[in-house]
Amino acid sequence: MTEPVIEAHGLTRRFGTLTAVDALDLTVEPQTIYGFLGPNGCGKTTTVRMLTGLLTPSAGTVSVLGHQLPRDAERLKRRIGYMTQKFSLYDDLTVAENLRFVAEIYGLSHRIARQRISELLSTYALEPMHNRRAGRMSGGQRQRLALAAATIHKPTLLFLDEPTSAVDPENRRDFWERLFDLIDAGASILVSTHYMDEAERCHRLAIMESGHKRADGSPAELMAAMGAHVVEVEAPNLRALKQQLATLPEVISAAQLGSRLRVLVQDRIDDPITWLKAQSLRPAPTDLELVRPSLEDVFVTNTGDHRA
Amino acid sequence: MNRLLQSARRILAILSKELTQLRRDRTTLGMVIMIPLIQLLLFGYAINTNLRHIPAALVDQANSGLSRVLTQTVEATQVVTFTERYVDISAAQAAIVEGRVRAAFIIPPDLSQRVARSASVGAGLQTPPSTDEQTSRPVAQWIVDGSDTMIAGAIKSLRAMPLTELLRRPANRTTPTFAVALFFNPEQRTAINIVPGLVAVILTMTMVMFTSAAIVRESERGNMEMLINTPVRPLELMLGKIVPYIVIGLVQTTIILLLGHLIFSVPLNGSLLALAVATLAFIGASLALGLVLSTIASSQLQAMQMTVFILLPSILLSGFMFPSEGMPVPAQYIAEVLPATHFMRAIRAVMLRDASLEQVAEDTLWLFGFMLVGLLIASLRFKKRLD
Repeated sequence: MTEPVIEAHGLTRRFGTLTAVDALDLTVEPQTIYGFLGPNGCGKTTTVRMLTGLLTPSAGTVSVLGHQLPRDAERLKRRIGYMTQKFSLYDDLTVAENLRFVAEIYGLSHRIARQRISELLSTYALEPMHNRRAGRMSGGQRQRLALAAATIHKPTLLFLDEPTSAVDPENRRDFWERLFDLIDAGASILVSTHYMDEAERCHRLAIMESGHKRADGSPAELMAAMGAHVVEVEAPNLRALKQQLATLPEVISAAQLGSRLRVLVQDRIDDPITWLKAQSLRPAPTDLELVRPSLEDVFVTNTGDHRA
Repeated sequence: MNRLLQSARRILAILSKELTQLRRDRTTLGMVIMIPLIQLLLFGYAINTNLRHIPAALVDQANSGLSRVLTQTVEATQVVTFTERYVDISAAQAAIVEGRVRAAFIIPPDLSQRVARSASVGAGLQTPPSTDEQTSRPVAQWIVDGSDTMIAGAIKSLRAMPLTELLRRPANRTTPTFAVALFFNPEQRTAINIVPGLVAVILTMTMVMFTSAAIVRESERGNMEMLINTPVRPLELMLGKIVPYIVIGLVQTTIILLLGHLIFSVPLNGSLLALAVATLAFIGASLALGLVLSTIASSQLQAMQMTVFILLPSILLSGFMFPSEGMPVPAQYIAEVLPATHFMRAIRAVMLRDASLEQVAEDTLWLFGFMLVGLLIASLRFKKRLD
């Protein structure tokens, strides 16, 4: 159990002149949820496809569950589950028919297939709509069906590519509960997302930007190593204040949150509140408060022009 | 053995999934029945290569009793119907240019003299045939819109029509140079030849169309990314996809042949077994061809365009309407590549000429070979990868 389930070195994929994933190193430990956090087009899907054997890497080595890719891709397929970003089951088949089809494709015997399907229908609350066609279900229902189908053969490793992009927050919470159940049952999960709250639930996280891994670690580690203070500022004219702050080289970013401004200040300033007060800002801030960093702050300090 | 069993289960899974999807796709299911039905009725009635009642103009410059008898004799052949009458030849020519008539029949003023000479020559009387120009002149003239070779051919067949009525000569006096016995279709009904050919044309259309869309559809609807992540093998996917359409192909063949027999009295002279084997071989070959197209096309629209690209030569070069013997040799080679050409020969041989399975073995085996090669190419081309 101590062997990593995924180990990749220098993983690179080029499409023509575009480098979608650039020299990515990755280690995923068993029974953990590993998250890829990044904006659309940062290479998350390309990475997942390389790790499942769907895409051949341009360079680098990948070992997934001890199988060398792309050589052993076919043998790997029985041991992994893959939930695609876009719903990829059949819209014109019912819930039960879709699950039966996937079970047969994975070679489950009739008895085991029946048993698994009824288990999954109750686990994912699909029992009442087992006769409904997938095309007529809501986003959350379709997503639960997709997860049920991806886990029907009890895979050791599960790949989820932006699994909750079409799902409301309530369903998203339920969905994550199911993921932790799977981890308890011994599985490992790699999930890609662009939601901060989702990323925060992962055991470990990689922040991706334009094909590069900018940072990785547990959410707590990432926040601790952020290299910036977070100050919330109140002032009468936030827009004008924000423009002034943006000109200061020590300020990494300033973002408005309702009636407050969330300002990231480089941590070489020891006391950011005193320092900010000394900057003769107009209008002068009415209130300044040092707050706990969030994952979004980590993301901002690690990507774009703000990268240290 | 266990692996083979697993493989069979996966093929069955895909097959039953295809059937379920097909059952829910009412439009496609309707087309399965309606395409052969409508096309058979349409083409069975419409296509007729025995031309009858071609509209023609009459310019009777003789305007005598004799000329009227001549006109009636020509109309009695049913090849032409005189729809227009003119006194002037240029008016008749104008009518041809305008397309109101396809031909004009011009009876010269000196008809009676010409008929008299012709009679003395043709009847083989004592007077020896003269080389004199006057003697060998025809009795009347046809001006034909020769751009349509079939119209021209029909009018040309009138060139040597006997004028027994006109000459009051016993009918059996003219003996043809050759005796011609028409086997298999003595009444010369076009439907006899068209209906078996329609099986080939309709099956080419539906079989290639269904399967060429089959794989592309999975990609277009996003199901492919899920499928290629499962242990399913390319050949299993291909087989599971084509088997339902074999049944559809057989249903369509039955519809065409049954209605062809009931409505157009097309005989089934050969054995049902030979017919079934040749048809299965052709269905298999068409489906395999469709699968190959499916691995090339990147959208269902492209697959449809490729189907049309195959369909047109299958109609025009396969011998469905025009005998391949008249085509230049390179065109014949191209025709030989098309499965429809081989099936056209085989089904006509079996249905109309009572050919045995051994007698159509060459074409049938070729079709089976085509199917195997097609399946192999499609399976090799199909990659369980996205790059």
